[in-house]
Amino acid sequence: MGAYLVLEDGSVFEGFEGGAFAETVCEVVFNTSMTGYVEILTDPSYAGQGIVMTYPMIGNYGIEAEDFESGKLQPKAFIVHELCSQPSNFRCEGTLDSLLKEHGIPCLYGADTRAIVKKLRNSGTMRGVITADISNMARIVSLIKEYQHHGLVESVSIGTKRVLGAGNTGPKIALIDCGAKQNIAASLVRRGCEVTEYPCGVTAEEIIASKPDGLMLSNGPGDPEACTGTIREIKKLYDYDMPTFAICLGHQLMALAVGGSTQRMKFGHRGANHPVKFINRDKTYLSSQNHGYMVSPEGLPANAEVNCINVNDSTVEGIVYHGKKIFTVQFHPEANSGPHDTAFLFDDFIKMIKEGVVNA
Amino acid sequence: MRDTSIKKVMVIGSGPIIIGQAAEFDYAGTQACRSLREEGVEVVLVNSNPATIMTDKDIADKVYVEPLTIPTLTKIIETEKPDSILPTLGGQTGLNLAMELEEKGVLAANNVRLIGICARAIKMAEDRQEFKDTMERIGEPCIDSKVVETVEDALEFSEEIGYPVIVRPAYTLGGTGGGIADDPEQLHDIASNGIRLSRVGQVLIEKCIAGWKEIEYEVMRDSKGNCITVCNMENLDPVGVHTGDSIVVAPSQTLTDKDYQMLRSSALNIISALGIEGGCNVQFALHPDSFRYAVIEVNPRVSRSSALASKATGYPIARVAAKIALGLGLDEIPNAVTGKTFASFEPALDYCVVKFPKWPFDKFVTAKRTLGTQMKATGEVMAISRSFEAALQKAIHSLEENRDGMVVPALIQKSRDELLELLHHIDNERIYAVAAALYTGIGIDEIFEITKIDRWFLNRINNIVMMEKHLSSGICDKDTIKKAKMLGFSDAVIAKNIGITPEAVKNMRKMWGIIPSFSIVDTCAAEFEAKTPYYYSDYGVENEVHTETRKHKILVLGSGPIRIGQGIEFDYCSVHSVWALKKLGCEAIIVNNNPETVSTDFDVSDKLYFEPLTSEYVTNIVELEKPDGAIVQFGGQTAIKLTKTLNDLGVAILGTDADHVDAAEDRERFDQILELCGIARPKGQTVFTTDEALAAAQSLGYPVLVRPSYVLGGQGMQIAVSDDDIREFMDIITRTIPDLSQHPVLVDKYLMGQEVEVDAICDGEDILIPGIMEHVDRAGIHSGDSISVYPAVTLSQRVQDTIVDYTRRLASALQVIGMMNIQFIVLHETVYIIEVNPRSSRTVPYISKVTGIPAIALATRAMLGERLADMGFGTGLYRNSGYYAIKLPVFSFEKIMGADTSLGPEMKSTGEVLGIAKNYNEALLKAFEGNGVKLPKDGKIIVTVCDKDKPEMCEILKPFADSAFRIYATPGTREALLRAGIDAQPVNKISGESPNIMDMLHEGGVSLIINTPTHGRLENRDGFKLRRISVEAGTTCLTSLDAAKALLESTQIVPSGHISVTDIATI
Repeated sequence: MGAYLVLEDGSVFEGFEGGAFAETVCEVVFNTSMTGYVEILTDPSYAGQGIVMTYPMIGNYGIEAEDFESGKLQPKAFIVHELCSQPSNFRCEGTLDSLLKEHGIPCLYGADTRAIVKKLRNSGTMRGVITADISNMARIVSLIKEYQHHGLVESVSIGTKRVLGAGNTGPKIALIDCGAKQNIAASLVRRGCEVTEYPCGVTAEEIIASKPDGLMLSNGPGDPEACTGTIREIKKLYDYDMPTFAICLGHQLMALAVGGSTQRMKFGHRGANHPVKFINRDKTYLSSQNHGYMVSPEGLPANAEVNCINVNDSTVEGIVYHGKKIFTVQFHPEANSGPHDTAFLFDDFIKMIKEGVVNA
Repeated sequence: MRDTSIKKVMVIGSGPIIIGQAAEFDYAGTQACRSLREEGVEVVLVNSNPATIMTDKDIADKVYVEPLTIPTLTKIIETEKPDSILPTLGGQTGLNLAMELEEKGVLAANNVRLIGICARAIKMAEDRQEFKDTMERIGEPCIDSKVVETVEDALEFSEEIGYPVIVRPAYTLGGTGGGIADDPEQLHDIASNGIRLSRVGQVLIEKCIAGWKEIEYEVMRDSKGNCITVCNMENLDPVGVHTGDSIVVAPSQTLTDKDYQMLRSSALNIISALGIEGGCNVQFALHPDSFRYAVIEVNPRVSRSSALASKATGYPIARVAAKIALGLGLDEIPNAVTGKTFASFEPALDYCVVKFPKWPFDKFVTAKRTLGTQMKATGEVMAISRSFEAALQKAIHSLEENRDGMVVPALIQKSRDELLELLHHIDNERIYAVAAALYTGIGIDEIFEITKIDRWFLNRINNIVMMEKHLSSGICDKDTIKKAKMLGFSDAVIAKNIGITPEAVKNMRKMWGIIPSFSIVDTCAAEFEAKTPYYYSDYGVENEVHTETRKHKILVLGSGPIRIGQGIEFDYCSVHSVWALKKLGCEAIIVNNNPETVSTDFDVSDKLYFEPLTSEYVTNIVELEKPDGAIVQFGGQTAIKLTKTLNDLGVAILGTDADHVDAAEDRERFDQILELCGIARPKGQTVFTTDEALAAAQSLGYPVLVRPSYVLGGQGMQIAVSDDDIREFMDIITRTIPDLSQHPVLVDKYLMGQEVEVDAICDGEDILIPGIMEHVDRAGIHSGDSISVYPAVTLSQRVQDTIVDYTRRLASALQVIGMMNIQFIVLHETVYIIEVNPRSSRTVPYISKVTGIPAIALATRAMLGERLADMGFGTGLYRNSGYYAIKLPVFSFEKIMGADTSLGPEMKSTGEVLGIAKNYNEALLKAFEGNGVKLPKDGKIIVTVCDKDKPEMCEILKPFADSAFRIYATPGTREALLRAGIDAQPVNKISGESPNIMDMLHEGGVSLIINTPTHGRLENRDGFKLRRISVEAGTTCLTSLDAAKALLESTQIVPSGHISVTDIATI
């Protein structure tokens, strides 16, 4: 069946109905990764969004449940050029289309994804709707205009705290889950940490009372400024001198907690090929990224040093907080999907906790 | 940071084009030289291959077209005093030479350092044991293997790990001498051959993991240790087929992110451990049912794969590698495609790329078509689309093999058992056998079990096959046609299946608005705006090409894949024409599909269309771009064949018009023109059947030359001396060209004269001949396989004047504008014409370089209406440059098992080397040296020639009767030699008793074999075996008396140790 993507500027892109197709409003973003659609679909940072994949043949290797980054598929919609129905890989458990159906995610396939990306690149991220019915454009435009997402972080955070790597003898880490990819905790557990994962509504006091050796702030969806409660708690933990490592949304929340500001980007960074320069080390690493907001370089406190920047557009990619044992990054050292080049940051974190050395 | 102590860099090229080392190194070298000069570095270039663009004086500051030998390189280093050498651009040849210069202390003595890679890293990557040790140290898995130096050790180790095993010789290119052995007997043969071919006498015996997935990564690293991968590629053919002979797709299709990142991380580990500063190719075998993998090999340099990766992604690997060698960091080098990003990012593709090899089996009908670890392809094509199916079909269209699609009628007629049998043969036809198997209902699992080709690829091929079946039921609604076009079906295949004409399909499509659009290759999947006009076609998507321009818009058709008879020379011509057009203020648009070439570099033309060179695809471009004119003279037969298409579309063909091109090729019309000009030609007739051919031959009198019309590289051309020959040759011709009514056969009287060749630039009135070239080999050996000498050495002034005069007459009669190539035969002071090609030829790059005349630029200007008289080079025959320049053909026989090496009218060489000097003999010696021929003054020579050549052989050897050469001859030849007073030791023929030639070759120490063939293509003859064995034993075997004479003389006359080197930029 024919179906469409309509963007808020009125542009229409044609395709076919796939997945659990239903009329769906979302914020439309694009991802340039050539592999990793399973990890991307299960990344909670995509909550509320419709993802356009730039690689044209998606679903080639089917689905592998062990590659899930969370318990379910997170975006509201999935838009591809081709949805492969004949996947092949030794771990393949089924087709992507069947997974989308199972999780109730609508898909628009057969779309000219490159044209959509060019539109988003030029006009910036837009809201849109995928629908089978464009007979009444006024109806669709008002649908899009009404669309707002609220409480995204709350919707993806865990309900109650849990312990991962119980019995591990390494540092005890408190992880505030704002929509964490599972590999953040897994990366710490693999390094011998015992990780206690808390819902995003956790208080600083509860964390401090559990006497962790370090704090981990996760990635997550949406506008960081909406997370006022979590920001407040993070500020307390900052003042408490808790050794902290933060990723993506966590990095933004830390900046907001100390008086910095964030801003919405034109179309964000979503892909597996973003070069990040570690200024003090004079080294550049490739990173996985997924963010539509960024920390403004202006307005940060004096002890905050921007130690990582994006080579393409010089945006802030990492901050080290001098006088504290805190460093935060905008990109994803836990990868999945994407390059593993910066996984050493987890080692740096543990070293910082154990030896008190901050490797800027 | 740019290392400012690097001021003068020597770049070593890869030498002649051979199988395994082709145009990709000209592409890389040219791009790197330009990149170095951008940074203010003075570039000294050395390459023995005159057909390359890198050896142009516009590309490097100093250009030495000299043999790639240690003495010559040493001399150039001493003369030019470079501070650094960049050895990673000249393929395996460049690396090997750099290692030798280092080992022999030449670098230290001259205070020169290697940049881009150090000798230690070369050794670590290239030496089998060191590589294995390094991989073990960094925890990267290799395959069970052992380096051995004797056959006994090879056998012992193989017992231990179990057969089958793969044999890989160290320090050879394209896997020369390698192979898979299933049992001790096969191992004995392969290992002994491999040990001999290896520069260091080593082979690696490796557990065979045929059937695993073969995955490659292209990696870059800078001096700060920053690493990126440019792209990865997946071979459709599993491990077991050389990657150069595999169908390759980029990016990988069947790898999850876990698989992808696991191998990516491994590739980065490896390049870091080796400490390479530049580009590197890592090949992996990945177990299809687990995360197990093994590193197959690493190429610490630019390669065929890096050229492919550059074209597939838009990321210029050689350009960036050159900058890194100068000390710049990846994050300091801007990405020229986007202008915004830097070289430290990894390209994101939003399309799929398929590379398909081009094999020379049409030239070597006796050769084994089996594919294995030794590469056999001469070239390759690349195609781009959003779907794998369309990319694969576009690649097949680009091959120009008269095959429109995957479904081959002859194959789908075969029985199930026959097809299953064919699937077991890993050869150039297997992919079509797969399609036929699917077409006839053989299941994907069954095909997978036999071929181990991943089911993903099989499913995709099945999609194509099922669509073809669907079409053949006569369905032609809008949706079906649109789907078929999105799967890459040509109008011709759609038409054939539905039972209508291609024009009808096209009209239907247009009515339904199913027309192709063009998308940009931009390195970043549209994330950033691209500045690069690099396009491919697809259906059902937005068009991204802007066609408005105020400039004069000219389409230049390229020459497609490298094949025997149509090589890198034509790319040289296309590129120079594009550059000339740009200089003249035109917008130059190039169409080509060869990823190895300079012409498909993104900044050579104003617009690059990476598309098949067929009527349909070129029509698409013309209908969109509406060019003011098109140039077809420079793209070989590939471009010429498209003249009619362009004419029908109303595009002006610049230069000689189509009608006159036809007049030169049509027998009857050409005869009339010759008569009008008063020029003689060997008598001949046009025939359509074997009976007519026999009648013609008998009336002309044997020997006669038999050849199909409209061919390139003398395909199917033979000298017949009897009726039997005529029957044999006609049989072969009719097998390759089924419809002789369209392409008749020419039968000509064969004249045993001196062959002469000229290239001329013509403006419609005047001509300019850069120089007259004389062939050392007599007529009958294809001009591309002949030793060619500039200037003419044996021709009288009167003959030379006649040649100039005839050229002028023909240019005028055929109204040639642009380039023309004429081949003459001179017999008893009479000049005959053999053929006229009103287009560029393979000698143009060579003659341009040795005379200093920019022939293609002048021809292009003439095509746009300028007069030769105003161009500053005069008219008529250009003055002698004062140098002798000798072009020697180079063959790749050792790669093609079973190919007959004897020379004849059909071209067999893959490349050429140049010898240039003030003195004829020195030039000749240099040419032989450049070709790797070593004939010591006391070398052992085996002579065995056919009866008719015996008297002449005696004449040739007479002057050497008292030399230090040790001559051996077979009984008949020896008798003739002894009678002529030439002392020769006896040796038996191959089929004779021991000690025979075979034993002598096995013993080693033989420098040269002179053998003239009887004739024919039968492979059971003694001479055929001898020639094959000498090739496999690595002993030079000359089958031309003229070449033998030239070689013998050159070694005796030039004093040893004397080397002169010439910077041709000064000519």
